[in-house]
Amino acid sequence: MNYLNTFFFGIYPYIALAVMFIGTWIRYDREQFTWKTSSSQLLEKKQLRRGSIAFHIGILAIFAGHFVGLLTPNAVWHVLGISAGTKQLIAIVAGGLAGILCFYGMTILILRRLNNPRIRANSSTMDIVILLLLYAQLILGLLSIFVSLDHLDGSTMLLLMAWAQNTLTFDTATAVAAMTDVHWIFKLHITLGLTIFLVFPFTRLVHMFSVPVQYLRRQHQVVRQKAAR
Amino acid sequence: MKVRAQIGMVLNLDKCIGCHTCSITCKNVWTSREGVEYAWFNNVETKPGVGFPKEWENQDKWNGGWVRNKRGQLELKIGAKRRVLANIFANPDLPEIDDYYEPFDFDYQHLHTVGDTKHQPVARPRSLISGQRMEKIEWGPNWEEILGTEFAKRKKDKNFDEVVQKDIYGQFEKTFMMYLPRLCEHCLNPACVAACPSGAIYKREEDGIVLIDQDKCRGWRMCVSGCPYKKIYYNWKTGKSEKCTFCYPRIEAGQPTTCSETCVGRIRYLGVLLYDADRIEEAANTPNEQDLYQAQLDIFLDPHDPEVQAAARKEGIAENWIQAAQRSPVYMMAMQWKVALPLHPEYRTLPMVWYVPPLSPIQSAVEAGHVGMNGEIPDLKSLRIPLRYLANMLTAGDEFPIVRALERMIAMRAYKRSQNVDGVEDLEVLKQVGLTQHQVEEMYRYMALANYEDRFVIPTSHRAYAENAYDLKGSCGFTFGNGCSDGNNGVNLFGAKKQSVRQVIPVTVKE
Repeated sequence: MNYLNTFFFGIYPYIALAVMFIGTWIRYDREQFTWKTSSSQLLEKKQLRRGSIAFHIGILAIFAGHFVGLLTPNAVWHVLGISAGTKQLIAIVAGGLAGILCFYGMTILILRRLNNPRIRANSSTMDIVILLLLYAQLILGLLSIFVSLDHLDGSTMLLLMAWAQNTLTFDTATAVAAMTDVHWIFKLHITLGLTIFLVFPFTRLVHMFSVPVQYLRRQHQVVRQKAAR
Repeated sequence: MKVRAQIGMVLNLDKCIGCHTCSITCKNVWTSREGVEYAWFNNVETKPGVGFPKEWENQDKWNGGWVRNKRGQLELKIGAKRRVLANIFANPDLPEIDDYYEPFDFDYQHLHTVGDTKHQPVARPRSLISGQRMEKIEWGPNWEEILGTEFAKRKKDKNFDEVVQKDIYGQFEKTFMMYLPRLCEHCLNPACVAACPSGAIYKREEDGIVLIDQDKCRGWRMCVSGCPYKKIYYNWKTGKSEKCTFCYPRIEAGQPTTCSETCVGRIRYLGVLLYDADRIEEAANTPNEQDLYQAQLDIFLDPHDPEVQAAARKEGIAENWIQAAQRSPVYMMAMQWKVALPLHPEYRTLPMVWYVPPLSPIQSAVEAGHVGMNGEIPDLKSLRIPLRYLANMLTAGDEFPIVRALERMIAMRAYKRSQNVDGVEDLEVLKQVGLTQHQVEEMYRYMALANYEDRFVIPTSHRAYAENAYDLKGSCGFTFGNGCSDGNNGVNLFGAKKQSVRQVIPVTVKE
């Protein structure tokens, strides 16, 4: 089993991240026309409003939680005076609530995408694949809460943090060692998560890089000049 | 003063016969593609009616255009920027495809393949979105053509607001109709541009055409809601918004837009207007809605004024553009004769496609003897189309400019008839409407004869000066992104779909 651990937690992360960044870069550079949200709101509005808002708020909260939770060094938590057990409890409660919200929205969106004939006919394979991938990942994440409830001391969470942080600092040996003995559900969750990174540039997910924050700062009107006279 | 030039358009509704040639040629050129079957960059509506999409003029429903907020500042009706972004996951003000209509086609092939049957074979409709059989077509791009559908539905027309006793217009004897061809207004203060979170929509400085950068559009769909004229269409296939391009490749070459070129009634005029870009916001923010029409007239500049010409040259506006502005039929009709009026100025977008209001028959022909006369001119209250209706459409409810425009058109007819039939020149009628003999002869030349060269005064653009022509060598003119690539290759790694072909969803016809 060791070689599988080495591959999925020592090598696969780099493959996934490399494909994600290079692929996204190429797509942004070469295929701007395909860079979009792919909204289907024009074709169906009511279900989208119910599903999409819950899904987006839920998944953004989950994403932020994972980002902060996995990548903030332990030293910072020490300074803040938050023990591993407390942190895990916060993660379970906050993540659980966001997860349920996301699950609610995503269930509506999946049913809509598969059952509404207009949406179905207008979905690419990748639209459906990425939705199901995210759904599976969300369900794995929610199920892992039950596993976590068995050990509320935060020890597994520390191992997962060690894996993420050591992966980012290219200490693969330590990273793989941290993952060796965790519950299979976490292993599966991480592998599927990395797979989502891998397919990211080939899906509609790229629109998250285009969050239009600069809109708040820009002038209302945009006038384009031809090249300087 | 910052002088900018724009190609504006005027449509003489008095001569529109509702033939839809403009819509068809426009569709053939620009939107005969998947995803935009439902989109009509130009469409002709029969009024009174709710229009296309349904009730587009009802901003209580769609929240298009601008409003003045409590602090007296201009704000999009869909909300301030923060509210626009807060709604980005699901836009509450977006029409659904059924508010336009579900695009359809007919199974014509079935007529060829059906073989011998007892009954006459029919080509049944099917949806172009889902490919499924449509049992009944519920709505179309021109469902209300010539007062189609019952009055109870057409009565929702927003222009009926404050029209007294609107229900009487449902009666056969009292009914009235007019045509309203619509396209993008290429506004001076476009709400679509302001609503676009990506900054993909822009107004061209050199000719005022408003375009969507297809590469930069991310499909947030706020422009569709922002535009009060509902003239931005979301392409459900490409996931990008599209709009009327004012046929910019033709305009650049000095040719009229396709809709104007092919108009058989010769109702369309294209010409240069010079305006003061520094005063756009001031004009759009005029407190009283009924003053917006005058405010927009006030920022148009007189191309005969040497000071304006000097300021225009300083801004780099080419000499042929200044000359074209002096011969501009749009300037004459909007500024000199005041017969052309903006469409719904109360949206505060400062639209640049203007309309000459239509004359209509006198209410009760049998009682023609009882028609009130106002000097030489019949009382306009006896015209079939209520003045208030036209005023709601063109001047935010102020009837005075409508009366002035209609009276001037009647005066032109009265004067020419006296000249040609009676052999005398009826100067009294001209005095009554405040026109000179020279002006009315010009009006006659431009509005009645409407020669090609008079209708379209379009200066060619100076691309050679504006751009490095060497860089353009061997590049593509009009593309769907990714330079000369059609965004589609064998691998199709990023999911682009070819735009130039229709991928028909096959239907199996059950016998």
